[in-house]
Amino acid sequence: MAKTVTATPKPSLAKRISNLSDTNLLLIITIAVFFIMYICAIVFLGSGFLKPQTFFNILNENAALIILSCAMSLVMITGGIDISVGAMTALVCMSCAVHLDYKGGSVFTALLIALGIGVAYGLIQGYLVAYLNIQPFIVSLAGMFFAKGATTIVNATQFNVANEEFQALKATRIYVPGMGSNNKLGVYVPAYVEIGVIVALAIVILLFVFLRWTKMGRNFYAVGGNAANASLLGVNVKLTKFTAHMMCSVISSIGGFVYFMHVGSGSPSHASGAEMNAIASSIIGGTMLTGGVGNIIGTLFGVLSLSTIKNIVSALGFDEAWWTNITVAAMLCLFLVIQSVVLKRKSKK
Amino acid sequence: MAQNGNQKKGGSFLEKLVALTRKQFFIPIAALTILVLFNLIMDPSFFAITLGTNSNGDPVLSGYLITILNNASELVILAIGMTLVTSASGGQDISVGSAIAIAGSVMLRILVGGPVNPGKIILAFLVACVVAMIFGAFNGVLVAYFKIQPMVATLILFTAGRSIAAWINNNELPIISEPLFGYFGNFIPGVALPTPVFIAIICVIIIMLVLKFTTLGLYTQAVGINPSSSRLNGIDPAKVKLITYIILGLCVAIAGFIKVSRFSTINYSVIAKDIEMDAILAVALGGNSLGGGKFNMASSIMGAYIIQFLTTTLFKFNVVSTALPAYKAVVVIVLVVLSAPVVREKLDSFWKKLSTKKSVKEAA
Repeated sequence: MAKTVTATPKPSLAKRISNLSDTNLLLIITIAVFFIMYICAIVFLGSGFLKPQTFFNILNENAALIILSCAMSLVMITGGIDISVGAMTALVCMSCAVHLDYKGGSVFTALLIALGIGVAYGLIQGYLVAYLNIQPFIVSLAGMFFAKGATTIVNATQFNVANEEFQALKATRIYVPGMGSNNKLGVYVPAYVEIGVIVALAIVILLFVFLRWTKMGRNFYAVGGNAANASLLGVNVKLTKFTAHMMCSVISSIGGFVYFMHVGSGSPSHASGAEMNAIASSIIGGTMLTGGVGNIIGTLFGVLSLSTIKNIVSALGFDEAWWTNITVAAMLCLFLVIQSVVLKRKSKK
Repeated sequence: MAQNGNQKKGGSFLEKLVALTRKQFFIPIAALTILVLFNLIMDPSFFAITLGTNSNGDPVLSGYLITILNNASELVILAIGMTLVTSASGGQDISVGSAIAIAGSVMLRILVGGPVNPGKIILAFLVACVVAMIFGAFNGVLVAYFKIQPMVATLILFTAGRSIAAWINNNELPIISEPLFGYFGNFIPGVALPTPVFIAIICVIIIMLVLKFTTLGLYTQAVGINPSSSRLNGIDPAKVKLITYIILGLCVAIAGFIKVSRFSTINYSVIAKDIEMDAILAVALGGNSLGGGKFNMASSIMGAYIIQFLTTTLFKFNVVSTALPAYKAVVVIVLVVLSAPVVREKLDSFWKKLSTKKSVKEAA
């Protein structure tokens, strides 16, 4: 009797796991990894990680990355990729900075410039990828190099923006009710987030709704899963791919502006390697490179996992800059292999 | 008058032109012609070569053409490996720049401290070769056995590479003062041409012989065109892909050797920066499909020289080095758009329409 009791739940659990869709399985892995990592950090690295502000600082630091990663997830779900987002962020920062300080523009027009860059990128890259059938990687590689070069053509040196209107916006803090901690002097400091975080969370929610409940959102998955089948079912594959690239570029230009609000300066070296972090976050968040699988909530947790591990690495005393890059690469490698194994499991079924 | 003459031949001339554009050599030769003409018109002194002496009193050739031949060496060597990788796996390795940093760093790590003699240089080179081939194999395994898209798999090393290179030397910048080490990237006393030119030529000869006398080229193309049918014919696609990545690793080590020898030191964040873009561009400019399959090595190598021609031309017209990528990106986009099948079809039908219109006119 005892034997049968212990034996029955086992296969059912295994069956339940094997019956999970790829999206859900990868999402669960990601969220589990994040919580395990954060708990490990609290246990082994002390109470610093317990303070709400530590967590909100991760959000403040990475608001732009969250937006860029969501944009990246969109194209990756349709089976594409866009590595121009990081360089585009630098271009947006530099253009806005020059506009605000040298041309005496307002924050609103700067935002319009950022969106304009996004729309231009979306139009060109989307057209080349969707309608001319050119590999998205090559297109966005060229886009990345163009943005890098264009940034230095706009202005070659780093400078901080002095525009007062912008400074006021940059310094705006939104206090989180009920959260806070006592600092070293024993004074209670309420926890805060920057405007960028609100924008990022709004984009996460909007995209989650878009991907889950709109027709175009479902088309993204259909095209990424199997473009030929989607086409037979009456999905306009080209338009879907175009929309994905368009949305990606526009959203990353918003991400660029959020990055600009966070750093408050223009520099050719801004956000270098951000595309890499965005891809890594998306992959860690369970978006498949092969397309058709992915979840925006997963991407959010991907960013959080990535930045938590970066914090852990520096808290462990590996302060040198290279350790962060190596850790990110190692984590990306690990999750790529997990994905590959998941794919194999699927083909065996 | 000339127009009249053209119109008489009309269709056949256009047809010949269209047939010509389909030849693989068309793109590189057209690009080269445009560049040469541009330079001839802007400043014919671009093509002057002078024989002078360097600070040691040895005779050296100088001039923009020599600069092109010299600076293109690393690119040519990389283009060889990149062509094979592109052909077999239908994707590109974007980690070559970072891998060069690693190979160079390993070399300097061995050479630094103690006297530098020929034996030690050879040892350093061989160790760098092995290390670069291991990293190539790492990329290759991810691509061939884990079936990850090449550019994403190599993204791992692209990010981590320069950091690993800095880590190997503890972020120090060792300088090798021994002049012997500098010979490989500059001039051997008494020889007027820079050494990298010879190294590149040797590499080209070796790969041509390998392609001629072994099945490497055939297998690579077979795998690139159709992995499953080549599997049915007894070729292991994964193994062939892995081998191409290891060959690229070897190319990276040689290119890295030239790079560190040029300056006798290394700067981790700058060495071979953006070279992956140039190497991919060389393959594309050579008229090879970036989606894998058939390739033409000679065409790729010519592509590499043309890229350097473009870079040197841009430099000559005082384009800042940081702004270079923007111009090259435009070239890439124009190239990939022109070589995209969809565009080709449209152009073909456009030519056909044009030629039929002309023949109709003639008939009238």
